[in-house]
Amino acid sequence: MIEVAVQNLVFGILLGALYGLAAVGIALVFGVTKFLNVAHGELLMFGGYASFWLFSLFDLDPFLSLPLVIGFLLLIGVVLYQLLFVRMVKLSEEDKIKNTMLIGFGLTLVLQNIALLLWTADDRGVTTSYSGQAFTILGVRFPYVRVAGLVISLICLISLQFFLRRTYTGKAIRATVEDWEAASLVGIDVKKVYLLSFLLGTALAGVAGTLVMVSFSVEPAMGMHWTLKSLIVMVLGGVGNFVGTFVGGILLGVTESATAFFIPGGGNYRQVVGLVLFLLILIFKPQGLFGKKER
Amino acid sequence: MYIWENRMLKVENVNAYYGDLQALWGVSLHVDEGELVVLVGPNGAGKTTTLKVITGLLNFASGGVSFNGRDLDRMPAHKIVELGICLVPEGGRAFSGMSVLENLELGAFVSDARKVKDQTIQWVYEIFPRLAERKDQLAGTLSGGERQMLAIGRALMSKPKLLLLDEPSFGLAPILVQQMFNMIETINRQGVTVLLVEQNVRAALELAQRAYVIENGRMVGEGKGDDLLSFESIRSAYLG
Repeated sequence: MIEVAVQNLVFGILLGALYGLAAVGIALVFGVTKFLNVAHGELLMFGGYASFWLFSLFDLDPFLSLPLVIGFLLLIGVVLYQLLFVRMVKLSEEDKIKNTMLIGFGLTLVLQNIALLLWTADDRGVTTSYSGQAFTILGVRFPYVRVAGLVISLICLISLQFFLRRTYTGKAIRATVEDWEAASLVGIDVKKVYLLSFLLGTALAGVAGTLVMVSFSVEPAMGMHWTLKSLIVMVLGGVGNFVGTFVGGILLGVTESATAFFIPGGGNYRQVVGLVLFLLILIFKPQGLFGKKER
Repeated sequence: MYIWENRMLKVENVNAYYGDLQALWGVSLHVDEGELVVLVGPNGAGKTTTLKVITGLLNFASGGVSFNGRDLDRMPAHKIVELGICLVPEGGRAFSGMSVLENLELGAFVSDARKVKDQTIQWVYEIFPRLAERKDQLAGTLSGGERQMLAIGRALMSKPKLLLLDEPSFGLAPILVQQMFNMIETINRQGVTVLLVEQNVRAALELAQRAYVIENGRMVGEGKGDDLLSFESIRSAYLG
């Protein structure tokens, strides 16, 4: 019994890391630009399909293809930004959120249908030599692919933190998150920071998509599910604290698997639990678990 | 009267709007190199708007703004900082989630300033020794006066030729206000040209070499600081 519980906890953490990674991407973009890109899940899906194609057409291992997938997503990111999002930069914060949501919903439809055309509605996944293999500690299974997902997510998070804390460009991003006007007054090109953050967000979606594809599978309608999880996690962790966001992802993963474990037939309620958590946080701690109160 | 050579900032006949609302009506002013000029006026007169126009935060509808002969029309804010104009906005707006040192480093963001960052930081610490003591503290935990010092220090890090200050004495205890004005005078003596916006009219006029008075978006007076102090309209309006 205890083993099953621990196993559940482990799977919750491993899944939560992917939620966290997806959410850090959306939270980074939102924190800096106030663009609420609800097509983030579709970008993630495209990352998954990209690595699926690289595997099935060129036999390229999904983990090795990550740099190519990132490059592909950066390309999509630049096109979407320059074509659509750049026009939103000058709007007020409220209008930015509203308009980018509408753009995002439009993109959702377009990207989903492109995926349907290119890859049909079937679930797509890959089987590598190490798929399904696991190591076992004290009776608890750790599938290689999922553990690699956690490790890569952590590497992304730590690199992002290092970039934001130690480099001039990263500090410029943090300054823009705090006060874009004051940032422009010290000579930071805020528009450049916006583009850079948007691209970082898309790149992270690509990495997350690849990890989702190797751990599970991808299909054209998956995007909304991942956007929703990311938004829940972003609100849970609090905007502007990416470690908090990531921890929020793990919390959501663990909560979901605990529901499946403790409530009879709870597997059916996994989705509901996330949304209930979302509402509770909005009601009782709207700044998020790790967020700062508005001054 | 000296002619153009050392005329640093020129604002000519500027009209500016917030949406449909006209905030500046034909505003003109100039600042010469080395000067300490004060812009005074009541709340909502257009003082901050004038600074926003100069620093590129607000585009003006007509008129002209130039700095050392360069036209600033439509120039984005970060380019204007590169030219050597730096604004300390009202309340300072230090980045509260970052340390004092990080704030100062960000002040030297533009490439020319970044090269001499280490020397400039020593200079800033000489002017504001308190910042050196607090360098690892988060800006959000500083007192109001310290935060204002940090904001000015951050602006100095960009090695500005012209420093714009928007009500640096606002919200400070009376004892700190005089200290703040002394520091501004020191900065000006060390070669930084200053345009100071103040509601603390008497102290500002005593400090200034020249002053402008703005009301309802229009310039209504200009003169030497001491002269303005004795102006009847100023006395009755601001000094009680």
